Amino acid sequence: MISLKINGKPIQVESGTTILQAAKQLGFEIPTLCYHPQLEPYAACRVCTVEVKNEKGNKLMTSCNSIVEDGMEVQTDSDAVAQARKINLQLLMAQAPAAEIVSEMAANYGVGDTAFLSENAEEKCILCGLCVRACEQVAGTSAIGFANRGKDRVVTTPFDVQNEACITCGSCAFVCPTGAITMDDPFGREVIHDEMTLGPDKAITVPFMQAVPNAPAIDTEACIHFKTDACGLCAEVCEPEAIDYSQKDEIEEVEVGTILLATGFKTFDASRIAKYGYGKLPNVITSLEFEKLSNASGPTGGDILMQDGSVPKSVGIIHCVGSRDDNYNKYCSKVCCMYSLKIAHLMAEKTGAEVYNFYIDMRTPGKGYEEFYERLLEEGMHLIRGRAADVSDWAMNEDEEGKLVIRAEDTLVGAVRRIPVDMVVLAVGLEPQPDAEEIRRKFNISCSSDGWFLERHPKLAPVSTFTDGVFLAGSCQGPKDIPETVAQSGAAVAEALALIDRGYVELEPNTAFIYEEECSGCKTCIPLCPFSAISFVEDKNVSEINEALCKGCGTCVAACPSGAAQQHLFTDEQIFEEIKGVLSYV
Amino acid sequence: MSEQFEPKIVAFFCNWCTYTAADLAGISRMKYAPNVRVVRLMCSGRVDPQFILAAFRDGADGVLIGGCHPGDCHYQEGNYKALRRFHLLKPVLEEMNIEDERFRLEWISASEGDKVQKVINEMVEQITKLGPLDLEPISTPETLDEMLEKEQEIAV
Repeated sequence: MISLKINGKPIQVESGTTILQAAKQLGFEIPTLCYHPQLEPYAACRVCTVEVKNEKGNKLMTSCNSIVEDGMEVQTDSDAVAQARKINLQLLMAQAPAAEIVSEMAANYGVGDTAFLSENAEEKCILCGLCVRACEQVAGTSAIGFANRGKDRVVTTPFDVQNEACITCGSCAFVCPTGAITMDDPFGREVIHDEMTLGPDKAITVPFMQAVPNAPAIDTEACIHFKTDACGLCAEVCEPEAIDYSQKDEIEEVEVGTILLATGFKTFDASRIAKYGYGKLPNVITSLEFEKLSNASGPTGGDILMQDGSVPKSVGIIHCVGSRDDNYNKYCSKVCCMYSLKIAHLMAEKTGAEVYNFYIDMRTPGKGYEEFYERLLEEGMHLIRGRAADVSDWAMNEDEEGKLVIRAEDTLVGAVRRIPVDMVVLAVGLEPQPDAEEIRRKFNISCSSDGWFLERHPKLAPVSTFTDGVFLAGSCQGPKDIPETVAQSGAAVAEALALIDRGYVELEPNTAFIYEEECSGCKTCIPLCPFSAISFVEDKNVSEINEALCKGCGTCVAACPSGAAQQHLFTDEQIFEEIKGVLSYV
Repeated sequence: MSEQFEPKIVAFFCNWCTYTAADLAGISRMKYAPNVRVVRLMCSGRVDPQFILAAFRDGADGVLIGGCHPGDCHYQEGNYKALRRFHLLKPVLEEMNIEDERFRLEWISASEGDKVQKVINEMVEQITKLGPLDLEPISTPETLDEMLEKEQEIAV
């Protein structure tokens, strides 16, 4: 252990600690620009300068890279230190006049202007090299570095050209203290505030606040460690050492008696309808993205903001996006009218914006639903009956300048209207999961023509499927709102439990059997059975059907050349009589 | 006024697909020709070729088999067995001068009520055009000589 004094206070720290770290332990703030706790210190900005007194005398040192020594006496705020920082900050101001953080820091020391000459008034880079170190030590790519010397020194890519080694991880922009490095928006727009990324903005996140289990997960597609084998910062800072990069998805086989299918739905991809401009025009969002904005634990803390960070003054909500449309899905997605009304209500409540709903028909059946609609009408929502034709940023007059214009026929007025709004919310419909067909085949069940899983009978067996022991829960069976999903899933669970609780399985009575005296032992039936229910009894020279394995399709019966194989409820005799019977009347 | 010919069609429908689809067509109030008389079986694989011959013998003007789409059989592969038998029986019926349109195999899933309607209407229309099925009565040879004569006739 090393003993030293900082601003007169004694402290004991482990050897190898820097003065900056020791000061932090005592709670003394030392300003820094080029320092990051996860990167090697570089002492480029020199604003962390402190005064150190040892046996050789007083000396100014950069605290970020100076290791403590026994008997050191450190002053973090002496006059000499302040004087040195003032000069350093003036030099930095001359290098990067546009770097706000530098001017702010300088203002703290009473420095308003620099006495040195600056070359470029727009310059923000203070050449601290944090980005270069982050690229090398975190991203492991060294895609950027310093070029030239003296006053020509810059941070750039080799030969100043687009560099393939860059994995666009954004580490450089993240660590840059002055904002000299920014990430480009894919649409070429200026990203005004980073919080507007509606997706996860980190490679390691807890999916959402209420997630169960409430544990972070790594997105291996985005994580730098999985790209370059570098970084590993999360593992470094995680004290319980919970991070394990070697974890892989595992497939476990579990034996079960019943299966509930609850694979849910996916929302309609709004970019399929090009005329609504989703993905092309700014501030055209889907209802789910609105939910993210409106969420108190979301990226904006629950504020409804547009891409430029301002609050919308007028909002259009377009209903039936991808629903009730011959070009996309013919069916009604059932939940969108109600959630659109909810969005309209929240929008008006949170932003005070004028809200325009564009609907085909307002469908509000359900307990309390119509009342909610009535309430919204009283709150002064604009409800325009007519499918919106398109959304564009093409202005025809001054009012429309800089706005999104929704063009729609108002069928109640009988005229085409153009409504300029700041933000458009698309009420996307519900669709079966893209792999519903695959799942359907796996469980040998059917899909309705829209692609939703088909129940055994709409009234008599609404949660069962054509496969015994497989039940349907939730919107994989068809669009449902939350109360309906809860009720229907409860029924599915009850059916599944009833089957487990009974402890035995009821077989269909229509199994096949063999008249031993008729059987010639030709074995025709045996390879036909897909369930291997037929075996051959050598000593009797006959086939035998295991009734527990037989599913009762009757394929073997149809193939038996001697009529020895028969099916309960469907014997040859019965079917011949049935044929006669159905043909007996005119 | 001559009475219009109404064909009789015997349909063997799989319980899991076409029979449910026909039920769906009913629930959906779809209208289709009433000429079809349905025999429900658990699987199209249960259709014994004898059933088809018996149906034609007993006065059917057409026979329709409805099974699950390939890969969708409730019993894994019964519909493939039905398909095999269908192709083996076709030439036999041809020998008996039973026209191609009178015997049909269709894959109709449980959700395709409209396909039931379409197939039945189509078949009834085609068979109405063909007219009633007129099977030649089979003369069973009485004596050995007659039998040999018949044999020779066929050989020529």
